[in-house]
Amino acid sequence: MAKHHVSTTINGEPVEFLCEPQQTLLDVLRDELNLTGSKEGCSSGDCGACTVICDGRITCSCLMLGAEAEGRTIQTVEGIAQGDKLHPVQQKFLEHAALQCGFCTPGFIVAAKALLDENLNPTEEETRYWLAGNLCRCTGYDKIVRAVLDAAAVMRAEAGR
Amino acid sequence: MPNLSFSAPTSIDEAVKMLAGATGTAKPLSGGTDLLVQLRSGRLRPDLIVDTKRIPGMIGIREESDRFVIGAATPGVTVYDNKALTQAWPGIVEGMDLIGSEQIQGRASLAGNLCNASPAADSVPAVIAARATCVIAGPNGRREAPVEAIVVGPGRTSLQKGELIVEFHIPKPKPHQSDAYLRFIPRTEMDIAVVGCAVNVTLDSNGVCTDARVVLGAVAPTQVIVEDAAKALIGHRLDEPTLAALDAAAQRACKPITDKRGTIEYRTKVAGVLARRAAKIAFERAGAR
Repeated sequence: MAKHHVSTTINGEPVEFLCEPQQTLLDVLRDELNLTGSKEGCSSGDCGACTVICDGRITCSCLMLGAEAEGRTIQTVEGIAQGDKLHPVQQKFLEHAALQCGFCTPGFIVAAKALLDENLNPTEEETRYWLAGNLCRCTGYDKIVRAVLDAAAVMRAEAGR
Repeated sequence: MPNLSFSAPTSIDEAVKMLAGATGTAKPLSGGTDLLVQLRSGRLRPDLIVDTKRIPGMIGIREESDRFVIGAATPGVTVYDNKALTQAWPGIVEGMDLIGSEQIQGRASLAGNLCNASPAADSVPAVIAARATCVIAGPNGRREAPVEAIVVGPGRTSLQKGELIVEFHIPKPKPHQSDAYLRFIPRTEMDIAVVGCAVNVTLDSNGVCTDARVVLGAVAPTQVIVEDAAKALIGHRLDEPTLAALDAAAQRACKPITDKRGTIEYRTKVAGVLARRAAKIAFERAGAR
């Protein structure tokens, strides 16, 4: 079967790729584009390790076909830092040691960044609900939630200046 | 799967032609949150996937004088961001909002949740309780069907080859009419309903119920419209004898299975409890209008 030619935007750059109809966006990111930051956990939309932002909404890239990316705007964990400058969410994950094995971390970073794009002052409850689609077997979540709330405080302070 | 094709048409006619003309299994794709899981697991081996999201009107909510028109592929986020719909039918929005995570909400659609045909589909009971219909496009033109006519069994729908749901029509509430949807799961989020219950009621100015529809999910092969539960409500205020009659009617309508989420006895008991609680919320909301 003919491969699909897809033109899309990934992390601000125009990208073209060829994919098989059954390849997911996650397959394409990892296997065709060498963007291996997005992880394959469950392949069923339960764990959130493959979370990307598509047209402003977080989505599991394992539940989206590569061919569906035509004309969309995708952001992956590779596009969250500004050059060498970490995003506040990334910085606070380091400071709070909000990770152990690290496999779930890219998904959490992308999901948390999307939350703070929408709401710079989320409550703990809102944060926990927002991150309910990201599973972590190591941390017990508490450090992750603290890191996100702390990153929000930093971003509010920056926005206030 | 080596023979799978993918297409993203930009009109309904094109989509119908593709679905009808395909050899083997052809599946419409909206959010893909069920379809891609089935594709990956090998449970489903389609020959053609037709992405419906680039067809104008398939995503979005339109308000007309007497109804809401919801595009079939409209995702959960768009449903609960819609203030007019949330105001009119809080139960419908609650049902949709209960499905999955934020990641899933950005993609999962009403038509997908319906056509996946799970007895536990959270968005379906309240939509049936509101007497919504859906418009189906197919090789012989368009037809309209009540939402409860679509699911015929677990994983099976009444849609014929080449047919797809285009939009849902949800009538606007009458004065003193409202709804509620509750589901029971063993934790607070991210699980599949043990029981779901939607109650939609219309009251008179004295708080007496004049019309009702009670719909249960996850207690039978399809969603169940419980006529006896509606009869228990109509003509009454929500006093204890009425609640007891509602509870008993809901329990009688259950034909559940025992699985890891709950036994037959447990599901049956919970159906009665949820019917009581959802009725209380629906009556309060209807009375406040």
